[in-house]
Amino acid sequence: MIKLKGIAASGGISIGKVVCWGQEEFIIPKRKIAHEDISREIYRLEESLIDTRKEISALQKKIGHEFGFDHAKIFEAHLLVLEDRVLIEDIIQQIKDKKFNVEHAFSQSIRKYVNALLKLNDDYLRERVLDIEDVSRRVLRKLLQQEEMKIDNAGGKVVIVAHDLPPSQTINLPKENILGFVTDIGGRTSHTAIIARSLGIPAVVGLEVATRNIHYGDTVIVDGSLGEIIVNPTDKQIKEYTEKKSRHARGVKPSLSSRAVKVSTKDGREVVISANVELPEEIPLVVQAGAEGVGLYRTEYMFLGRRDLPGEEEQYRAYLSVAKKVKPHQVIIRTIDIGGDKFLSRPEVPSEMSPFLGWRAIRFCLAKPELFKTQLRAILRASAEKNVKVMFPMISGLEELRQAKALIEECKKELKKANKPYDEKISIGTMIEVPSAALTADLLAKECDFFSIGTNDLIQYSLAVDRANEKVAYLYEPGHPAVLRLIQSIISKAHDNKIWVGMCGEMAGEPLFAFLLLGMGLDEFSMPPPYVPKTKELIAGVTYAQAQEVAKKVASLPTAKDVEQFLYGEVKRILGSNFERIVMT
Amino acid sequence: MEKIEDNVLVNNVHGLHARPAAVFVQLANKFDSWVFLEKDGEKVDGKSIIAILSLGVQTGSVVRLFVEGIDAAEAFSELKKFLETEHD
Repeated sequence: MIKLKGIAASGGISIGKVVCWGQEEFIIPKRKIAHEDISREIYRLEESLIDTRKEISALQKKIGHEFGFDHAKIFEAHLLVLEDRVLIEDIIQQIKDKKFNVEHAFSQSIRKYVNALLKLNDDYLRERVLDIEDVSRRVLRKLLQQEEMKIDNAGGKVVIVAHDLPPSQTINLPKENILGFVTDIGGRTSHTAIIARSLGIPAVVGLEVATRNIHYGDTVIVDGSLGEIIVNPTDKQIKEYTEKKSRHARGVKPSLSSRAVKVSTKDGREVVISANVELPEEIPLVVQAGAEGVGLYRTEYMFLGRRDLPGEEEQYRAYLSVAKKVKPHQVIIRTIDIGGDKFLSRPEVPSEMSPFLGWRAIRFCLAKPELFKTQLRAILRASAEKNVKVMFPMISGLEELRQAKALIEECKKELKKANKPYDEKISIGTMIEVPSAALTADLLAKECDFFSIGTNDLIQYSLAVDRANEKVAYLYEPGHPAVLRLIQSIISKAHDNKIWVGMCGEMAGEPLFAFLLLGMGLDEFSMPPPYVPKTKELIAGVTYAQAQEVAKKVASLPTAKDVEQFLYGEVKRILGSNFERIVMT
Repeated sequence: MEKIEDNVLVNNVHGLHARPAAVFVQLANKFDSWVFLEKDGEKVDGKSIIAILSLGVQTGSVVRLFVEGIDAAEAFSELKKFLETEHD
């Protein structure tokens, strides 16, 4: 038994046998050929290149249709490798001068270039090496007349383990026979992660050593929610995870009543249950979960894992596609919310002692107005669809909000001049996640259209707890009276000033707290798509009056523990036999 | 046959990596002329993606662009423009 920890890329649990994908080893014969065979070997080379070209063109079309043109673009580099003069001449020379058979000549030339690229010691080129290897495997398969690896019904359902799973690898996988994905590289936004989430298959990526520790035919448990892999688990672990899996399956399945998008309490209070997303590709999940639009679109993912910055057009296309897909509902786009170190090179950004208190989010954006305005223009242009709102993260006081709004005004003027349409009345929101913003919410409310409470940060900042620090993580308590008082005061001040207030932190998706927040008057709850159905069922199963009553009592409880115990008891009493299903899964 | 060569400052945000390299090679292949790029004394075929990638051209570096052939003038100006422009 081995436990491996990676990045949780797609939630859920699966248990199954492993197939190692894209790792096939070719046995490449090395022969000296006779002079009269030279032209035949060259002919075989040309034939295999042409066949591979056809294969890739077909894949490119298929991927273009399924995932969009941008994904198909990567094949252009593959095709260029196939017709690369320098490479082809090198192969031909080896056939002619050294009298090597074509398979050997081909693999030698490829190896030569791959080694040259690896020597440059550059992450980007390493990825290109994967492209070249992908292409060369296709060519070798043709030359050696080997079939592409297949997963068929005979083998049953399997967990795919691979170094990487680019679209060229995943497109022809029989999705119905796949239990999970496990890869060495990649992050939450890599292709594998997106595919897995769209298919609802658990995935753990970025394990680094998965292919070294997992072998064909091993049994693995994939915990896509925690990002853990157990290789050849014990019987006890299998039993434990099988139980966990069935709980999970019950938890995420939307009941019929929760399919309708709008949701209200038994006594008619309507609230918005919306979803948090990172990428346009996740919108189908939002729709499937029955969420009322997107309450938090995290834009920073578009900026990560690349060396250049996405330009206005690229950003515009992404925002526009989300806006179009969530119609008739709303999408709230949050401007960049990460540290400056993610964008600029080391010398410009010294490493920080306390990055959470440092140069990030709105602070970084206001310091780099050109970069920020590129994003704001792209958001404004997408707002021509009339269902786009924008919000700023990490606002600590009115000055920052005013500066950000001034930049929006500048961008509007520029767009008007360029004759590009946008929504003149676009709603502008403030994220309330810094205690100083919470305490001055009345001032902020007068100058923006809505609030969204970011509880993850608000709790960390107000309780002075770094969640990532195991020694103090126990102090991170959403039910701490200080946190609840802050939240209550934010909601009251928003309502006093006639603006609505939502929440996009984890707290909004936890049933007991969702019930409490309903009673505190929260208008919108935004959460990861899998939490949406349960939350809607919860809301539909209670009355606003009950929630208000409970919220009032909670306000006088002295500790987080008291709060949680009380909520547990009250929600259990109110939901009755539905409690187990809605709250405990 | 026309022959043009000159130093060009690479301003492309990526340098000549990945997609920009692919675009450069595609552009070069549109012309009949021979295209070569030289960096640090190494001169490679500008119509080969593998050769271009192996040069490892970073943003801000200066390369020497050689173009020779019947459409050299047009090819040179387009390729130079591509290298000098900042792309997303």
